[in-house]
Amino acid sequence: MIPGNFEYHAPESLPAAVGLLGELGDDARVIAGGHSLIPMMKLRLAMPEHLIDLRKITDLDYIKVEGGTCTIGAMTTQHTLINDAALKTAAPIVAETALQVADPQIRYQGTIGGNVANGDPGNDFPGLMQCLDATFTLEGPEGQRDVSAREFYEAAYFTARDDLEILSAIAFPVCEGGYAYEKQKRKIGDYATAASAVLLSKGADGMCSKASIAMTNLADTPIYCEDASALLVGSSLDADTLAKVVTACIDVIEPVDDNRGPVAFKKHAASIVLKHAIDRAWSRA
Amino acid sequence: MKKTNITLNVNGQAHEANVEPRELLIHVLRDHMDITGPHVGCETSHCGACTVEVDGRSVKSCTMFAVQAEGSEITTVEGLGNPDKLHVLQEQFKEHHGLQCGFCTPGMITRAHRLLLENPTPTEDDVRFGISGNLCRCTGYQNIVKAVLSAADIINNETEESLA
Ligand SMILES: Cc1cc2nc3c(=O)[nH]c(=O)nc-3n(C[C@H](O)[C@H](O)[C@H](O)COP(=O)(O)OP(=O)(O)OC[C@H]3O[C@@H](n4cnc5c(N)ncnc54)[C@H](O)[C@@H]3O)c2cc1C
Ligand code: FES
Ligand code: FES
Repeated sequence: MIPGNFEYHAPESLPAAVGLLGELGDDARVIAGGHSLIPMMKLRLAMPEHLIDLRKITDLDYIKVEGGTCTIGAMTTQHTLINDAALKTAAPIVAETALQVADPQIRYQGTIGGNVANGDPGNDFPGLMQCLDATFTLEGPEGQRDVSAREFYEAAYFTARDDLEILSAIAFPVCEGGYAYEKQKRKIGDYATAASAVLLSKGADGMCSKASIAMTNLADTPIYCEDASALLVGSSLDADTLAKVVTACIDVIEPVDDNRGPVAFKKHAASIVLKHAIDRAWSRA
Repeated sequence: MKKTNITLNVNGQAHEANVEPRELLIHVLRDHMDITGPHVGCETSHCGACTVEVDGRSVKSCTMFAVQAEGSEITTVEGLGNPDKLHVLQEQFKEHHGLQCGFCTPGMITRAHRLLLENPTPTEDDVRFGISGNLCRCTGYQNIVKAVLSAADIINNETEESLA
């Protein structure tokens, strides 16, 4: 389990890192927490010739809640996300999700930027970010641009991020109403068999006034369930509506047969986590 | 590939080594520095036998390059206690049969140490969740959990006494 050889760089600022990546091009990869990349390098599924470590760029490690928006620096670890008081109030679904990612040691190292930039369908944050309608900020040789999380994922390990761009920040609106991240996994430290992120708001009339649903590890990208979310709005979450919502979600996922089970089982697991997530989110709305 | 000189601060002492960037922290600790408390179990980030502390974080040292730890403060089980003066956690693992073969123990104790610093009064569930990144093939965990809870009690009583 020895990774291939590479040259190591640890620039001290984001412009320096972007410059270095631009110079070294395709032969270079950035490393954040390393807890997806190093396992891939051990298996020689990744063999970068240069690693650009972002660990010294301390101004990528922050959480800001301001003017109705949460902004999180790419190098913020999952451990920090769990323990940040302002974020717990503004978007409690983030800590609820982070607590279901991997195990304690991995959460001290794994960063939010690495988790969303990685492009592994098994990662939990991409679905959460689609549910939250987050925006990713990318910095490249041509400057800065923003991409919506709902448009970022193209296929497994393929995203809208250009190879020469570094993801610097993630922003999403402060949450209102109820929330839940529900994950079915075989054991602690495992990726999801099926997981679902749900945000629901209740209007003055007791009906659902806003809804957002996304699913994790049930296709080669996370899936934002636009139709299912729309079905919930205006309803009282009656049994009839819920059945339609579950069907609408199952219709848009494309799970594959693997060591976590056959397709039929995954669809079943997806419907269960979705129902649990909706129940919990509604009870908190 | 070019080797590079690094200095790691381990258990309060500076250690130098000449390493390839691809060398993992666990291998540099064990093979270059003769610090063999942290073990290699799975080498795939699952078992936690290689757990060390890096700047106040519990880290699986099989999943970090040694060059990434340059300039950090590292603590291994050797830094917590020694045969003449065991750490409370080591004493309580002994007392409660928190180990059988002992292979997972350095990682367990290093992790439990950080857990108690962050949460000095854990419930049984907190302990189980807090050590869920460490696998043990022998004990069934029951006695490990007892040992950690008992160590927490002892530390808290000592703190109370010293404050009284
Ligand atoms: C045993 C184990 C279990 C795990 N279980 C889970 C789980 O249940 N759920 C889950 O979501 N994750 C899980 N993970 C993955 C973990 O959360 C990773 O830490 C995370 O996916 C990647 O974050 P990182 O900071 O470690 O990124 P790295 O591993 O450093 O990088 C991952 C990829 O993203 C790129 N990258 C990193 N940062 C940036 C950036 N700022 N800009 C552009 N590109 C960037 C890298 O080049 C690399 O390609 C697990 C990992 C392990 C080892
Ligand atoms: S050897 Fe590092 S986690 Fe098993
Ligand atoms: S005591 Fe043998 S693995 Fe834990």
